[in-house]
Amino acid sequence: MLSDATILDISSWDGTISPSEFIAAAHAFAEKWKLRCRGLPIWSWICCRKTPFISSHEVDGYLSLEKLCILRSDKMEDHGIDDAGKEGLNCSENEECTDSAVLVHESCLEVHYYDLHVVYSSSYRVPVIYFRGYRSDGQPLVMDDIEKDIPANSAKVLMESKWTFMTEQEHPYLKWPWYTLHPCGTNEFMRLLFLIDVSLLEDRVAAEQYLTSWLSVVGQVAGLKVPLQMVDSTPPLTTS
Amino acid sequence: MERGTEAQKYVWEGAIPLQIHLHESEVTTLPPPPPVMILAPRIGYLPLLAPQIKPLFSSALPPGADTVWFDYKGLPLKWYIPTGALFDLLCAEPERPWNLTVHFRGYPANILIPCEGEEAVKWSFINSLKEAAYIINGNCKNIMNMSQSDQVELWRSVLNGSLDVFLRVSSKLKLGALEDEYAAKLNPSLKKSKSCVGNIENSGLNKTGRVPVRLYIRIVSEDFDDLENAPEVDSWEKVSYINRPIEIPKGEGKYLSLGDAMKTLMPEYFGNKSLDCEEGVDQEVEEIAYPEDARGKNNAEEEVASTAAGEHPALGCQARNNEVKLVRVHGIEPKLEIPFSWVVNNLLNPDYFLHLCVCVKSSPSG
Repeated sequence: MLSDATILDISSWDGTISPSEFIAAAHAFAEKWKLRCRGLPIWSWICCRKTPFISSHEVDGYLSLEKLCILRSDKMEDHGIDDAGKEGLNCSENEECTDSAVLVHESCLEVHYYDLHVVYSSSYRVPVIYFRGYRSDGQPLVMDDIEKDIPANSAKVLMESKWTFMTEQEHPYLKWPWYTLHPCGTNEFMRLLFLIDVSLLEDRVAAEQYLTSWLSVVGQVAGLKVPLQMVDSTPPLTTS
Repeated sequence: MERGTEAQKYVWEGAIPLQIHLHESEVTTLPPPPPVMILAPRIGYLPLLAPQIKPLFSSALPPGADTVWFDYKGLPLKWYIPTGALFDLLCAEPERPWNLTVHFRGYPANILIPCEGEEAVKWSFINSLKEAAYIINGNCKNIMNMSQSDQVELWRSVLNGSLDVFLRVSSKLKLGALEDEYAAKLNPSLKKSKSCVGNIENSGLNKTGRVPVRLYIRIVSEDFDDLENAPEVDSWEKVSYINRPIEIPKGEGKYLSLGDAMKTLMPEYFGNKSLDCEEGVDQEVEEIAYPEDARGKNNAEEEVASTAAGEHPALGCQARNNEVKLVRVHGIEPKLEIPFSWVVNNLLNPDYFLHLCVCVKSSPSG
């Protein structure tokens, strides 16, 4: 059940969300993900309450999904095989055993891991994605590697729109360099997105849905494919 | 023609005398090169000094590609923090000259974001300006739409420390100042002159009532009586910093002091007790000892007295086991009673952020 605090009013909306909306959305999103996206790594809320500037009305943490693995094949890419082969390969570490069998046989597949954090920006009043990639031996991926991991279709969309560009910035909580997409166009993008969809949403949209839609676009840059179950409004099947 | 306030001029002329040593691992000559003395502008960034420093060390360097970075007592310095803020943050007791070590090899890419020369610094500055514009106006269109020549001119004004050029170009960005009604109250004639209200007239007032603040917080666990005895910062773990807008309350008679603003940022430290709010506004305005006090301390030659600036009767106050030891902006330790609008209109960095350094003591027993 959503409280009023997590419902956005579309008609006079500038595409931003408040700290409390973000917190509520993040928790609802993580919960839904856990129920509907079995087999994928889970999102957890990392609490940073010990920092001295955190007061009760501010966001006291961020969402984190770690060790998302992407299989990439240089050969497939070289031969120009379409992206279908590369997409849908998100899996959690638990499933890695099956994949490593593939590695042994074909030896052209390499596993890349990604850590994704969703941090609230109080300047821009929108969520911001921070991520890093690394190989199985822990060696970090550089910008070129990351760009190659993005499915070509997504890369085109991401690189063409001027509101997303990848830079290396300091992670606001961890203070190390992480990759990020600049948030200055996020509110405008989200406003347009929900204006188009307004008929479906009856003028009000849950902040959790905001997070899902946003992440389905920006998550691609770190290899995240938001499963369709996340957008489906019917209740999940409760299979054991 | 835009004219800066007197305080703004001091801010722009502020500089820190540096004594820069080449790291011993990069010295290949005997005798080693002598340290370099240089004045570093407070509003500048360390890598911008490279063109002046490098020729003096280049003959001693081993072969290889150069990527410049600095450390202070082993702590790699974050180049995207303005030099003045680094100094205020890391030297509780100002050290003059400030002894830094320069490196041209072995860039610590796990700690510092990459810096490939002036261009990287420029983009970091523009990004910061963009963020400030977003906070002030609710969008950053004015920055995105800035003409190429304005962009170049604005950046050059920061490089060269030319306030007049900066004010002329930045006035087009419409990043308005705050209404300083207390200045007007104090002396009605000021309302007409520009001397105290800065560039309000041409750029319009701040519309959202949000002010971009970048807060740097040093946390110490042991107490110290004298700033000289403050423990060194040996890791960035001991420092927190964050960009956090401050909302200016709207409406008549709402007086916001620097202390009130700090309270919204760090309620645990600047609790109710830390400011005596019982006095009426008029009396507070009288007590401000208006800019004179703060301005006198902000000497371009960095002769900021660490004593007289503020006795901080308020700072001794404790909230639980937390205690504020120091609040510093551009080397000044301003009184917490001064109007926040004055601080904002006079002490901003060229990226339109107010860079505030705070040192707090936090006992683990809390």
